[in-house]
Amino acid sequence: MHFSDTRLAAVWEKVQTGRRLTRDDGLLLFETEDLLGLGRMADHVKTAREGDRVYFVLNRYISPTNVCVLSCAFCGFARKKGEAGAFEYTVEDIIGMVSEEVREVHIVGGHHPDWPFEYYERIIGGLHAARPDVQIKAFTAAEIDYLWRRWKIEPREALSRLKAAGLQTMPGGGAEIFSSRLAKQLRYAGKADGDRWCEIHGIAHSLGIRTNATMLYGHVETHAERVDHLLKLREQQDRSGGFLTFIALPYQVGATTLVPRSTPPADNLRTIAAARLLLDNFPHIEAYWVLLGEDTASVALHFGADDVNGTLEDERVQHMAGAQTPAGLAREQLFRIIRDANKVPVERDALYNVIQVWDREGAAA
Amino acid sequence: MIQALRDKVLNGKRLDRADGRWLLDEAPLLELGALAAEARYARYPEKVVTFVIDSNPNYTNVCITDCQFCAFYRKPGDPEAYTLTVEEVLGKIEFAASKGATTLLLQGGHNPALPLDYYTTIVRETRRRFPEVTPHFFTESEIRTVAQVEKLTVGDVLDRLYEAGQRTLPGGGAEVLSDRVRRRIEPKKGGPDTWLEVHREAHRRGFKSTATMMYGHVEQTDDLLDHLDSVRELQDLHGGFTAFVPWSFKPNNTLLAKWIKHPKGPNMYLRMLAVSRLYLDNFPHVQASWFSEGKRTGQIALHFGADDWGGTLLEENVHKAADFVNTIEVDEIVILIREAGFTPAQRTTEYEILKRY
Repeated sequence: MHFSDTRLAAVWEKVQTGRRLTRDDGLLLFETEDLLGLGRMADHVKTAREGDRVYFVLNRYISPTNVCVLSCAFCGFARKKGEAGAFEYTVEDIIGMVSEEVREVHIVGGHHPDWPFEYYERIIGGLHAARPDVQIKAFTAAEIDYLWRRWKIEPREALSRLKAAGLQTMPGGGAEIFSSRLAKQLRYAGKADGDRWCEIHGIAHSLGIRTNATMLYGHVETHAERVDHLLKLREQQDRSGGFLTFIALPYQVGATTLVPRSTPPADNLRTIAAARLLLDNFPHIEAYWVLLGEDTASVALHFGADDVNGTLEDERVQHMAGAQTPAGLAREQLFRIIRDANKVPVERDALYNVIQVWDREGAAA
Repeated sequence: MIQALRDKVLNGKRLDRADGRWLLDEAPLLELGALAAEARYARYPEKVVTFVIDSNPNYTNVCITDCQFCAFYRKPGDPEAYTLTVEEVLGKIEFAASKGATTLLLQGGHNPALPLDYYTTIVRETRRRFPEVTPHFFTESEIRTVAQVEKLTVGDVLDRLYEAGQRTLPGGGAEVLSDRVRRRIEPKKGGPDTWLEVHREAHRRGFKSTATMMYGHVEQTDDLLDHLDSVRELQDLHGGFTAFVPWSFKPNNTLLAKWIKHPKGPNMYLRMLAVSRLYLDNFPHVQASWFSEGKRTGQIALHFGADDWGGTLLEENVHKAADFVNTIEVDEIVILIREAGFTPAQRTTEYEILKRY
């Protein structure tokens, strides 16, 4: 392979021979001007793992509440109790949001000041009883940590009880970017820090709960902070092995404006490709179309991503923060994203079990 | 295969049809893109991306040609039909000039009621009143329409426009230069040579022009190759093309929409652009068409061999009629080009750099 940035040749040598990339390699991936050289390496890894397959899942995002005790500088979603726009759903409300064809629910909400742990348990238990066929992915490590801070429920106990109630997997949110500098600057120091976030995922993994991981980027973080974040996830995966997917979350300029503009598509492609190369122990890398836009998500399928997430009918968190993509992308739209990249759509469940392989025309294959 | 093509490209050997077919149908997208970028840097080592401040007013939407892909036109007598007077057109040009436009793309339907004098007066008056503006007016089919109305040859019309001060022509209306495709989507416009002849005659007279391609409807790979071959051949004769501008068809509100099952998206666009850079080895510039593909894809396209961002298109009614509205101002262009990792530079219609940012 020819690289316009010849420094990438040494990285390529490692990628081909399955050797692990170093922190310096990671920094190079974020700094090289050879975007397509980086992308080709990531595509090589993705293709070796998954061939032409690209996964999607028909899921539903549900936020039980946006009431939150925190005031993170990047968040346009949270409200204080009683503030205009604040909402608090009942278990019945939540069950009512899950339509027939939903395969997976993704439940993430604010750090509510008064809801007891038992309410979270009832949400999971109630939903599981009403829809036993639906897989429940719920509560970020930040929320689990908050339940300890607020109610002194140890994460192991909380996760065990939630699992008993029907929780199957945990989403990867709340990681933000692992940096004590930024935690102070962006006012998320009241949230689980990197060590705690990883610890809770480790506990989940030990209980047989598979989880995802994220990184919020494209605001005021440095490239070194991105690399360190990814390497910390890689270390945790070495220890506990339960991560399924990494999702890079580009910061959305909208209700908050940490930077004047959202990071450009080349940076989104770069971050996805670098994640694919650095996270050699992660099964999947997602191109989250709601934040990237359909076009960049589709191109990202050539830059190492093998998943486009799913049908997100009511993704309040990102939309109130100003994501411009319309909610409620139907299966047909997912096909469009995948087909344009000339890949094979594979419908999956929360655990990446294959439900249906579709042909490129969108018929069951 | 990509290595063999790379050797050809770097040694200045021309790609043949089999190469083109492989690039369009099979080449791994990023391998292709990287090679196109290499060819672009071999030609322009600097990471500069040019743009033009332009405007695209329409002087009439009256048209008798009924192209299936067009959402803009109205038949003569339609209540929504309009034709601007010469002074109204000049008013639009004055507005664009006041916004800093140096290129005016004036385009309209095929309106049999307009005499040659209408066109030449607009050119002459634009030159006289707005010397900083280049009249980049009238696509091939409009020139052909005037020729028919006035019972003149295409060459006569071009001579008259040249006398009036016009030196460049826009490349719209080529669609896909293949008999099969043109018969299907624009049966009243004639085969590929109708477009090629006007550009050939223009280049012979010293005009410069651009070549476009609108893909993503009924064409097959061979049709695309026909198109690329025919503009490359013509370019060998006179070197009159400044740039190649591919874009994807937007089916909304058009007669063709019901036939288009899957409109082409960003990956096919990046592929087309990269293939254009490699196959059209005699074209100086390849333009990223942000206005049809969106700004995000436009930015990515700069890594796939494009060296030009096109224009501001202060006024663009044709795409607007197909529900695809995209307007852009100079400040934003500068930001978008910089964000993509390039140095923005404002150019003229003929690609002379006016100002670097």
